[in-house]
Amino acid sequence: MEMKLTIRRVPTVVSNYQDDADKPRAGCGRNCLGHCCLPVSKLPLYAFKANPAKPSQEDAASTKSLVNILLTEWEDRMARGLFRYDVTACETKVIPGNLGFVAQLNEGRHLKKRPTEFRVDRVLQPFDPAKFNFTKVGQEEVLFQFENGAGDDSYFLNNAPVTAADRAPNVVAINVSPIEYGHVLLIPRVLDRLPQRIDPESFLLALQMAAEAASPYFRLGYNSLGAFATINHLHFQAYYLSVPFPVEKAPTHKIPLSEDTMKSGVTVSKLINYPVRGLVFEGGNTLNDLANVVSSACIWLQDNNVPYNVLISDGGKRIFLFPQCYAEKQALGEVSQELLDTQVNPAVWEISGHIVLKRRSDYEEASETSAWKLLAEVSLSEERFEEVKAYIFTAAGLVQADEEEVSEGEEATYAPVPVAPLPVAEGCLVLQ
Amino acid sequence: MASSGAAEADPGEREREREQHDDLHHQRRLASSLTARYSDWVLEALDELPGSFLLTDPALAGHPIVYASRGLAALTGYARREVLGRGARVFQGAATDRAAVAGVREAVRAQRAHQVAILNYRRDGSPHWVLLHLAPVFHARDGSVLHFLAVQVPIDDAGRGAGAPCRGAQGAVLAACREEARVDDDFPCASYSGKVFVDMDRRGLEAEKPRIASDSEKEKAISTANSIVAALNRYSKLTGLVVSGKRCDSVGIPALSSSLNLSLGRIKQSFVLTHSCLPDMPIIYASDAFLSLTGYSREEILGCNCRVLNGPGTSLEVIEEINQHICSEQACTVDLLSYRKDGSSFPDLLHVSPIRDASGKVAFHIWVHLDVGAKHDFNGLTPEVWQLGAVGAVRVAVRGLSASGSLLRPSQ
Repeated sequence: MEMKLTIRRVPTVVSNYQDDADKPRAGCGRNCLGHCCLPVSKLPLYAFKANPAKPSQEDAASTKSLVNILLTEWEDRMARGLFRYDVTACETKVIPGNLGFVAQLNEGRHLKKRPTEFRVDRVLQPFDPAKFNFTKVGQEEVLFQFENGAGDDSYFLNNAPVTAADRAPNVVAINVSPIEYGHVLLIPRVLDRLPQRIDPESFLLALQMAAEAASPYFRLGYNSLGAFATINHLHFQAYYLSVPFPVEKAPTHKIPLSEDTMKSGVTVSKLINYPVRGLVFEGGNTLNDLANVVSSACIWLQDNNVPYNVLISDGGKRIFLFPQCYAEKQALGEVSQELLDTQVNPAVWEISGHIVLKRRSDYEEASETSAWKLLAEVSLSEERFEEVKAYIFTAAGLVQADEEEVSEGEEATYAPVPVAPLPVAEGCLVLQ
Repeated sequence: MASSGAAEADPGEREREREQHDDLHHQRRLASSLTARYSDWVLEALDELPGSFLLTDPALAGHPIVYASRGLAALTGYARREVLGRGARVFQGAATDRAAVAGVREAVRAQRAHQVAILNYRRDGSPHWVLLHLAPVFHARDGSVLHFLAVQVPIDDAGRGAGAPCRGAQGAVLAACREEARVDDDFPCASYSGKVFVDMDRRGLEAEKPRIASDSEKEKAISTANSIVAALNRYSKLTGLVVSGKRCDSVGIPALSSSLNLSLGRIKQSFVLTHSCLPDMPIIYASDAFLSLTGYSREEILGCNCRVLNGPGTSLEVIEEINQHICSEQACTVDLLSYRKDGSSFPDLLHVSPIRDASGKVAFHIWVHLDVGAKHDFNGLTPEVWQLGAVGAVRVAVRGLSASGSLLRPSQ
């Protein structure tokens, strides 16, 4: 008899329409993203250029740049009062230490919610139209459609018909429970009602968005089911935070690849001296090469029921992949009460080093050691990680070269490096 | 005989002649306080301004009045020549609130602007309530104080509701402080001369009932002060230097960190940032687009309050609406008439929003100005939404940088 692992979870309210999810509705008339309303609507459109490597005519600060338009539209939704709280009123700080974890105190994000039974032992679950999904979102929560304009230059239209005739539109919508200013969701082909599951095309779209933003501080993230995704409708998260993330600064060890697999130009490294074991994919002759390799890896993980998180960093040029096991440990009762009490869900942002804390005491006492301790629970064991890595390589068509020399002492580096408190905050750029 | 008669004119006549000569010399010295720094036209320009106001020169002995407006005579009964060279304490009397005087004195010492309702006395000895608006005029380059301007707006008693709270002149009348008053000569403006002895019996008269300046009176005072500074600016001949209502050097106004300056410098919209925690919310950053829109230089505008853009056609109701939104930490978008440095006006779509730093506290306010009459590329957006782009960009810059360090340069 199959054992079903479940944990009681409080889903994050990502849309103002989420609370209505259980209530049946007759007719619509809400200007939603469903088949009833969207195909006959007009929405702003951001059409990105065909070749992301081509330098933009506009510099990144131009009012026509993707980040600028996104922040402009986001501020407009804030002015309209669409968010559940003002995230800029939440305290945030860089924790002193070698890695520079970013802690945020958000006491409101998880209040007033009903805990729901959530199945965490299945990374792939069929789309359930009865549950909340993004077709139920109101159009005012959409910032713009995000499509490949197939031209030399990107452009923005404030009002464009939804091109539902030939294909379902990709939309960028606000997250009404933002974890940072500008927090949005990229929902590929919203009308197609895809479950939370990576496919090469959607993953490429996420990379294209990062490339189009062209800023090291604009990152996208993905959580699989079982790795703290709370909505089973395909979506990526993204936001702008002008602080380097700890994972981006962590040292890596390059895994030598056979000449055959080097052709795509993609390199693979392993994170070292970071609390969560992970792989770093970089380069690629084209964005497509990188997207294909990483999505193959993701597909193996989800098909084999390994929960995982993905961080798309550095303008789509660096991708971090973290297989994880926290929810499994949680369901099996193997996570300490102390960690459970913090109610922190280690999803992609937490793993990357941006940690949202819900209790003031945790925020005040946050240290590199406490952050490390939490994230270490997320990581696969070294043995399991190597096992998974081997499967991922096979799935992605990567062949490890024979001459790899793994230094014996590597295992010992998975510990926080004790540091004396710095005289100035880490990352302080302002002293003159 | 005749000549000796002339030579031996009666001593009284000679006395008067010398007095006249001294007086002339004295007046020249007073006049040069202005003409050394401004062209001669400045007197005419000031004479054309409405309202009752003074300029005093703290560099001269006794901090004398060096200019008095035409409107002053009508309000106080003093002719111009009667007040030039004297201290501004001439207007104070028995029942003038010492606490209010102390407040003025403190503002003069701190070289900052100050507004207070105060009981003054006319030439004929009758008391009257005025709103005194005092502001230093700085040398733009080295930040030294050139003059103080003092605007007097009569406070109207008509239809005044009771019970409105007011800081400043009200409260206990500490009139019996003659000894203290006499040592207050470091700023005569704020000193009770001692000529008039405290008359406790008069404290019950209508004059002592503190009056509260209305918002329109406050705005009138500020508007007059701005006109004075504008006139001084226009006729400044400090070899390309200008004066402004606020100190513009590093003293007092904190400088932003260079990384924040860099981030802000990339934002295309016309905006200023004001410091929300400093008195009078001085401007601490101005974008290039703002400078070209208004005609001010960065040196001139830093340290000023945003009201420097106000003028006679600026709606007081709208200003009040902005103030209310600032108090409640809310954003607002308004239409109003703003004024450039050269005095010309433009229809201004103004968005004001509080900006929180990484601690979650309001650190700055952003004021995005848009000349509605000029042509812009809004990238297909409405002007209102296009303006918000600057707000978003400032928020992420301030939030990211303050999480990892200070937003301000360390003070020397």
